[in-house]
Amino acid sequence: MTDTPDISPIRTAVSKNLGSRYRAESRFRAAGLAAVAAAVGILILLLSSIVSGGLPAFSANQLHLTVDLDEELVDPSGERSEDSLRRGSYSRILQNAVRTEFPEVTGRRDLRNLFSLYTALNATRLMDEVLEDPTLIGTQYRFTMPLADDLDLYLKGMLVDERSFEPQGTLSLDVSDDGVIVRSSATDFRDLASEVARTLRARATLLEVDADMLAERAEGLSGTEAEDMLYDAELNRRQAAEIRARLETEAGPIALDGSLPSILVESDGRTVLLTDLARNGAGGTGRFLLGSEAVDGESNWSLQVIDTPAERRRVSDQLIVWTRALEARGAISAAFNTYLFANADSREPELAGVKGALYGSILTMIITIIISVPIGVFTALYLEEYAPKNRFTALIEVNINNLAAVPSIVFGLLGLAVFINAFGLPRSAPLVGGLVLSLMTLPTVIIATRAALKAVPQSIREAALAVGASRTQTVFHHVLPLAAPGILTGAIIGLAQAMGETAPLLMIGMVAFIADAPTLGLEGFTEPATVMPVQIFLWSDGAERAFQARTAAAILVLLALMIGFNALAIYLRRRFERRW
Amino acid sequence: MALSRTAHIVTAYGEELDQLSDDLARMGGLVETQLEKSISAVVRRDASIKADIKAREVQVNALQVDIEKRVLRLFALRQPLATDLRMTISALKIATDLERIGDLAKNIAYRAGDLAGYAPMALTQQVERLGAIVIKQLSEVLDALSSADVEPAVRVWHSDDEVDERYNTLVREMLMSMTEDSGLVGPGVHILFVAKNLERIGDHATNIAEAVHFMVTASPLVEDGPH
Amino acid sequence: MTDTPLNTPADLPIKVTARKVTVSYSGKQALHDVSIDIPDRSVTAFIGPSGCGKSTFLRCLNRMNDTIDGAVVGGSLTIDGQEINDKTIDPVVLRASVGMVFQKPNPFPKSIYDNVAYGPRIHGLALTRPELDEIVENALRKAGLWDEVSDRLTHPGTGLSGGQQQRLVIARAIAVNPEVILMDEPCSALDPIATARIEELIDELRENYCIIIVTHSMQQAARVSQHTAFFHMGHLVEYGSTEDIFTNPRDTRTQDYITGRFG
Repeated sequence: MTDTPDISPIRTAVSKNLGSRYRAESRFRAAGLAAVAAAVGILILLLSSIVSGGLPAFSANQLHLTVDLDEELVDPSGERSEDSLRRGSYSRILQNAVRTEFPEVTGRRDLRNLFSLYTALNATRLMDEVLEDPTLIGTQYRFTMPLADDLDLYLKGMLVDERSFEPQGTLSLDVSDDGVIVRSSATDFRDLASEVARTLRARATLLEVDADMLAERAEGLSGTEAEDMLYDAELNRRQAAEIRARLETEAGPIALDGSLPSILVESDGRTVLLTDLARNGAGGTGRFLLGSEAVDGESNWSLQVIDTPAERRRVSDQLIVWTRALEARGAISAAFNTYLFANADSREPELAGVKGALYGSILTMIITIIISVPIGVFTALYLEEYAPKNRFTALIEVNINNLAAVPSIVFGLLGLAVFINAFGLPRSAPLVGGLVLSLMTLPTVIIATRAALKAVPQSIREAALAVGASRTQTVFHHVLPLAAPGILTGAIIGLAQAMGETAPLLMIGMVAFIADAPTLGLEGFTEPATVMPVQIFLWSDGAERAFQARTAAAILVLLALMIGFNALAIYLRRRFERRW
Repeated sequence: MALSRTAHIVTAYGEELDQLSDDLARMGGLVETQLEKSISAVVRRDASIKADIKAREVQVNALQVDIEKRVLRLFALRQPLATDLRMTISALKIATDLERIGDLAKNIAYRAGDLAGYAPMALTQQVERLGAIVIKQLSEVLDALSSADVEPAVRVWHSDDEVDERYNTLVREMLMSMTEDSGLVGPGVHILFVAKNLERIGDHATNIAEAVHFMVTASPLVEDGPH
Repeated sequence: MTDTPLNTPADLPIKVTARKVTVSYSGKQALHDVSIDIPDRSVTAFIGPSGCGKSTFLRCLNRMNDTIDGAVVGGSLTIDGQEINDKTIDPVVLRASVGMVFQKPNPFPKSIYDNVAYGPRIHGLALTRPELDEIVENALRKAGLWDEVSDRLTHPGTGLSGGQQQRLVIARAIAVNPEVILMDEPCSALDPIATARIEELIDELRENYCIIIVTHSMQQAARVSQHTAFFHMGHLVEYGSTEDIFTNPRDTRTQDYITGRFG
């Protein structure tokens, strides 16, 4: 631009607010970019959270035990019949196998503790394996089963905080009446002792502060409430004083209890849990959790500290020690979690799998596809290509569109009332689930198909009609092939939506706990089953912590299915798409 | 040219057609005065008109070239149809005829210069009368053109017979005079040429009348038509 | 020669006769009492401003108006003396004998061969593959497309250029050997060269068919047709030889439309 006076007025007018126009444009672009970034960020957050939560569930720690398939125990009547084999004491066999691993365990409580290394349900699996191959009877059989869920989590490092030390000195263990006296030639325990002391002091301070606060609040109040508060404050003060007294006045060792970290001394198949710790850090006393022999001048030893106090974890020190021992002996190994896919649902997380839900989903989807796709496509074809445009068809159209917006649980109620109560179809069956989901998917399929048919240019219809094709020939020779990619995409999106649906299936009883996968066959349609999203819903509610990872893993499986479905939609679209 | 009441949607197209008819009218006007002046020069045996006529001749020729260009342009760019097509075609024909009339008028003027050297002749009066009829023919046909009126055009067409008749009489009388008086042969030949030119101008005027008739009615003015 | 009466062109046998044809869409009248005689083996052009009813009338001739909801066609329409505007006449049969070519080339998204073979196939015109091949080749030859596509009959018809596509569509129409070919602005989407090709083709086809063409281009009507009908506001205003219509239209509305004077 020059400063010539005859510069055109439109140029000056435009250039005056050109800057603000461009600013508005870049603002808008930045806003759009930010929105995209936010969406992508949320998606990444969601996916990474699910993936990180679900990945551990794809591997499982397995316990390999050599079981003695003693004939008497396996086959009580000695006739090798299936009936007889089914009455075998497989739990006993498993128990014997673990007891062989830890022969020193004798007490009833300790034994019960020991048997919780695995789930009793594994006995059934052992029975199944024996039934499969009766020649195993009388042999020493290496049986593999999943480790109990909590111990599996412990080994994956998800249950407790722990650390280990390489000590400097040599270890001596002396067995006395009070327990095992642990001594190190160096002051290997000093840091731990002062740490424990610090923890106790902090706890005392916390109690005192709490007591002061209670007392303060009690001042403004009267009656029993104030009295209770003052009592609690007093109790806190006493506890604090006790702790301080123990720490400061007494010269003796600090007692360790369940509220403090567990300190384990490990040496060559022996493990001692310290019950008190000497102030000088030279050692302490404890009790054997594994092994029982004294030792002197042992240099090959280590210190294991489990920082999560025993009171606040689901597994005892004893179980952790056994697990560690089994791992050290090579009886535990991590492997891909085949149970997740090979098993149906189970009360025990380590045995729970998605197979049942997956089969249920497949059977349900088969029914949904068989019913909703043909009906939906033909309805749309009739409405779009044949039906006269009048008030009646307009009413139908509005209703179909509204139907797509009906909450899915309503379809569940309808299914319950019509299919189960009126028609008497079985509850929890994929047949009924598929019928309900068909109802839900129909409007989507109809709307998508109509849109695809509308997108076929009128000129193609005219071309066919002008050559002398009848209406039906026009539709089936030209319109439908051209609309096919759109119809397929719409139908697959509708089905994917149905596959992820939970609410209506809850109403028809597909939420029940079903431990057996339905058969992948005709009879499977009427067998009780559940589906993937319902399985996820069930697991997310599970009490055991291991179900959390299972939930995320099941979500990943469902997501993979969905992505597969959508990829199929894209592939089909590309495959059938033609330009006109 | 008032062949249609409504204007063209494309204004420039209408303007081009208007300019064409304007040019034609101007050319007609020039040729008309050229003819008038030439005849009066012959009557007055005036040699001085030659230069003036020559200058007009140049103008007329330039206009004809201009009209041809315009017609070419209209065909190439506008593809005129129906009345516009007929008008354009007629304009081309009329321009040619007018140019020929201009040429003939120039010749008449030259003959006037030659006649100046001779004594006046009695037959000059007849030439003057023939000239008057031809001038009237030309002016009527030009009116017919500008008003797009068929009636005067048809009248002109019919009056051509009168011109021919008068011309034939004149030739006959002149030949008689020349056989009687051989001294009249010199100026007589010039007079005969003037008369011949006037008769040719009459023919061109008739051509223009036919073109106007076609332009307006789309049908040719034929021998056995309104005759 | 200016005395040719309206609606009756001289010297050629009459193929299509319309008497007082009216069309209304949902009660709105689009065509008023059109009566016209269209000769065989010649090209008749329908011209007129948009919405004048020329396409509407064209679509009456193969009952394409039937496909529009609310369209009512009245009056009498005959082809070779046989009434076609009657519910007892099957539009499928009619359309097999009255081909149509549309404004936008609309080949099916199939191969070139299948495009041409579609009509003969659905009407069962060929019993064997060689017969069908022959029909396809003949149609493509007549449409002047054979030399260009004979080596790629299996290629998609939509891959051809616009002009080729339109000739393919014409081949598709003549493959069923119709009696009348209707063309609804067949060159409006084509460039001048492709247009010239189609016009040449139309001129060749004139020997065997009765061709009716709706066009917005007056030059095109002048170039290809022997007879021209001018429609205005649902009325047939003027009908006569193309030469007359373009040099000496009798109605002022025709005159004004042709010379570009519509206000």
